[in-house]
Amino acid sequence: MFHLFLAVSQGTIQSTNIMHGLAAIGAGLAYGLAAIGPGIGIGIIFGQAIQAIARQPEASGPVRGLAFLSFALAEALALIGFVVFILIQYTT
Amino acid sequence: MTEMLSLSIPVTNVLNWPNVLFQGTPFAINKVAIISMIASAAAIVLFVSASKKKNLVPTGVQNLVEASIEFVSENIVREGMGSDGAAWIPGLTALFFFIFFSNLSEVIPFLQMPATARMSTPLPLAIGVWIVFNIVGIKSHGFVNYFKSIAIPPDVPFALKFLLGPLELISTELVRPFALAVRLFGNMLAGHLLLTVFTVFCEVLFVKSFIILLLPLPFILLVGISGFEIFIAGLQAFIFTVLTAMYIGEAKRSAHQL
Repeated sequence: MFHLFLAVSQGTIQSTNIMHGLAAIGAGLAYGLAAIGPGIGIGIIFGQAIQAIARQPEASGPVRGLAFLSFALAEALALIGFVVFILIQYTT
Repeated sequence: MTEMLSLSIPVTNVLNWPNVLFQGTPFAINKVAIISMIASAAAIVLFVSASKKKNLVPTGVQNLVEASIEFVSENIVREGMGSDGAAWIPGLTALFFFIFFSNLSEVIPFLQMPATARMSTPLPLAIGVWIVFNIVGIKSHGFVNYFKSIAIPPDVPFALKFLLGPLELISTELVRPFALAVRLFGNMLAGHLLLTVFTVFCEVLFVKSFIILLLPLPFILLVGISGFEIFIAGLQAFIFTVLTAMYIGEAKRSAHQL
């Protein structure tokens, strides 16, 4: 970090390069952090769906539909992170 | 990255397609627009050819179309709107098949670009859904009552109403269409990029060297991902349609009274 500031102050690295680097780090963090919650949520959704079908196999039709519906609702949060990733990456 | 891998195919053409017709006018047409037209034409051709011969015992195309309409009415309309939503079956079937064919063009050779991976297709669809469910709600409850039923949930303590009211309004009127559009767009874009990445891997590894021994790995994954993307195409069309049905059904009854 110190060498980085030294290099900037001496003008060997331009600040636009640093901005691009930081934007890349931010984009990676945005998607990575946005994927944690939905990952846990989708795990819970399908785990509970499997449990429900195992306990009551005749209810597998509605349970499957509801599982995929709630899967899509949880997944949308991760996809918003993905869109933010693209926005950061291609607008800076 | 392009120079590093010394590719012969232009990677910049993954999403940005040049205009081919009517260049310079606001009505310029590129590949995505053509794919959208092909998707709507495919849906029209499918249903017209199925309804040409009305057999009592369905065969061939008629069988397929009858099964899909039954799927829409059983799994989408009844799930989202209850038994009084039968009038919405044709519209939701058209929506489902347009989105499904637009998504499916992701894996069809020579098209290989989902029309829904550009925001220009999902966003008007989501805005259309937003307009429709608001009109249905206002029509069946009146302007003031409809927004009151959204903003003021019943059975909450008095003090919480001030907190919940704006939140409910924002989530129903702003976040819903946004999430609807972004869900479809993000899924199809992610699938398209995934397929592109593995295709580029295969192309790069196809060389006269011992590196070609690695070629089966991305190729097998590519085939697997193609199958997975067909599943995703159907799933996203289903999700979009079932959420549309749920929003319209919820606006028709009073909101928060499921």
